Amino acid sequence: MSETSLPVTRVVPPTGWAELRLAELVEYRELAAFLVWRDVKVRYKQTALGVAWAILQPLATMVLFTIVFGRLAGLPSDGTPYPLFALVGLLPWQVFAGSLTGAAQSLVGSAGLITKVYFPRLVVPLASALATLVDFFVASIVLAGLMAYYRVMPTAAVVTLPLFLALALTTALGVGLWFAALNVRYRDVQYVLPFFMQLWLFASPVAYSTSLIHSPLARAVYGLNPMAGAIQGFRWALLGAPPPGVLLWPSVAVAAALFLSGLFFFKRMEETFADVI
Amino acid sequence: MSSEAIRLERLGKQYRLGEARGAFTYGSLRDTVAQAASTSWRRLRGAAPARREVPTLWALRDVSFTVAPGEVVGIIGRNGAGKSTLLKILSRITRPTVGTAEFHGRLGSLLEVGTGFHPELSGRDNIYLNGAILGMRRAEIQRKFDDIVDFSGVRAFIDTPVKRYSSGMYVRLAFAVAAHLEPDILVIDEVLAVGDAAFQKQCLGKMQEVSRTGRTILFVSHNMPAVTRLCQRALLLADGAVVQDGPAEQVVARYLTSELGTTALREWASDDPAAPGNEWVRLRAVRVVDEHGHTVESVDVRRPVGIEIAFEVKRGEQPFVPGIALMNDQGSAVFSAMDTDPRWRQPCEPGRYTSTAWIPGNLLNEGTIVASIALGTFTPGGKTLRHATANDAVAFQVIDPGEGGTARGDYAGVWSAPVRPLLDWVTERSTRP
Repeated sequence: MSETSLPVTRVVPPTGWAELRLAELVEYRELAAFLVWRDVKVRYKQTALGVAWAILQPLATMVLFTIVFGRLAGLPSDGTPYPLFALVGLLPWQVFAGSLTGAAQSLVGSAGLITKVYFPRLVVPLASALATLVDFFVASIVLAGLMAYYRVMPTAAVVTLPLFLALALTTALGVGLWFAALNVRYRDVQYVLPFFMQLWLFASPVAYSTSLIHSPLARAVYGLNPMAGAIQGFRWALLGAPPPGVLLWPSVAVAAALFLSGLFFFKRMEETFADVI
Repeated sequence: MSSEAIRLERLGKQYRLGEARGAFTYGSLRDTVAQAASTSWRRLRGAAPARREVPTLWALRDVSFTVAPGEVVGIIGRNGAGKSTLLKILSRITRPTVGTAEFHGRLGSLLEVGTGFHPELSGRDNIYLNGAILGMRRAEIQRKFDDIVDFSGVRAFIDTPVKRYSSGMYVRLAFAVAAHLEPDILVIDEVLAVGDAAFQKQCLGKMQEVSRTGRTILFVSHNMPAVTRLCQRALLLADGAVVQDGPAEQVVARYLTSELGTTALREWASDDPAAPGNEWVRLRAVRVVDEHGHTVESVDVRRPVGIEIAFEVKRGEQPFVPGIALMNDQGSAVFSAMDTDPRWRQPCEPGRYTSTAWIPGNLLNEGTIVASIALGTFTPGGKTLRHATANDAVAFQVIDPGEGGTARGDYAGVWSAPVRPLLDWVTERSTRP
């Protein structure tokens, strides 16, 4: 019996260098797809309102923001009706916050899998992050309805929308990977996370407009928050707000740095997950 | 050309124990920060930083072996001997600290039944999910779906969330998925510990079927009869090292007898005052022997086995009747017997005697048998005068190699009761209504 045709797998001690082995990730794409499908399918099980929650959450936040920031504080909204302005900011924010939080908690939530079966661990946070996209697409229906109500047509720049969505997701995954790996060792992450997300929300132009910041230098610095670039991009593509301009490149650079560093840190820590979790 | 399915070379795995601390070890962030701070403070004062010896444990040490394609190997040992760590390294769940492991082809591991089952999802959905987690392709699951459902026997509930399943249904469905995994190498950890007797029978049957298809199997179990029945070869692990590697029945026998502290041979030196006996008679040796007179730790259930008692009569004024009493590993009495030969009615001449009790094949059940020995005299008042007794003198394993010709037939499940005789069955069909 010839065994030479069978692929050989070697299990060796960790070298200390992070090996990305991204080809393996491709091999396990079906598992990732199944985990996304599971997360989506399970999310609103045994709830009375079901998938309506994906709509209610941004809608309720939009109403609250409109009353507090639009009416009471009277924040400017770049000439669009404030509810629409807020919702266009809230949608990328919620996909970002959902993906980040989901990814950060995914490993600890899948401890049972990690200690019993082998697969590239990256599949878990990746699937958690991607599963939140479904909520985003459902909530987009509300946005379309609201835009029709206010008779606002998206500009031609709407084709760039996926890029800004990708910017938000890349950032979410980058930070999510850091937190996910840290969470395996330090459950402190679970307590830091909600607070951290709250700070980041107010540091991002969800309730207010980036036009409040005038000087190009200050705008570039503000762009170091990748969500500033992403949200401004959304408003530009959908509502015809000023383009992100000088905000964009710092946002892209920081998002890329977060993603790559998160990826390497995660891969570096991956070997110890099953022993520590 | 490779004649190996698995090769392990000097594999070792070290774990830190308990509350070990340090940058990026265990513990909470607060502890790490506090420790870093106290170390800096010590440095600042000019004192040497306190070196904390982190207690470690080698869960596996210097483990080397190879497994040929198609071999079915049992891995046995006490809890904590390193069996699960070994399987985890082979399954690539954790990496070794030193050494390498290499395997050819697809390796499927079954360290738990129902890994990744989601309670909210239906049986159908869980088959897909669990299959994907175990490494099956979607198309493969689709192709085997009906077989899996039939094997599980839960077809009526296939669209019900598994949280509504009874634990038995849950386990059966989970095992059904795993059983349809078709890896080149299958690694199984103690899955037989769950489920009822019927389920265990189904598991063992499936494993026998898989092993007949020429797949390589590594099988961790505490079910020794199952190991001897399924595996040709076994590895005994103790404290992270392989202490024995050989034919399954020998390794199992050694493990079980070492756990009991009793072996197949017990001898006493002729001047040993602790040898059982008195001024009339003393025991010299007790052995478990096969038909060829060899001392054996294990015996095929179909073959006769002898308990050989060697004793020395010092004062021949009384008859000494040899007797044995057998007990199984559950502590149940199997039977007791004595030699009824009329010679033992007469006083013995002084000298050395060897008396062997032959137990026929196909009488004992599988498992461990412990034999106690006595030499006694019947007194006219109907009492027995015991001269020498050796409780739990010797032990041996009764093994069913699963080749047929035993009372087990083709039944693979758990078989209780101390004896398992092969009986003659006569069936007549009545012609009257």
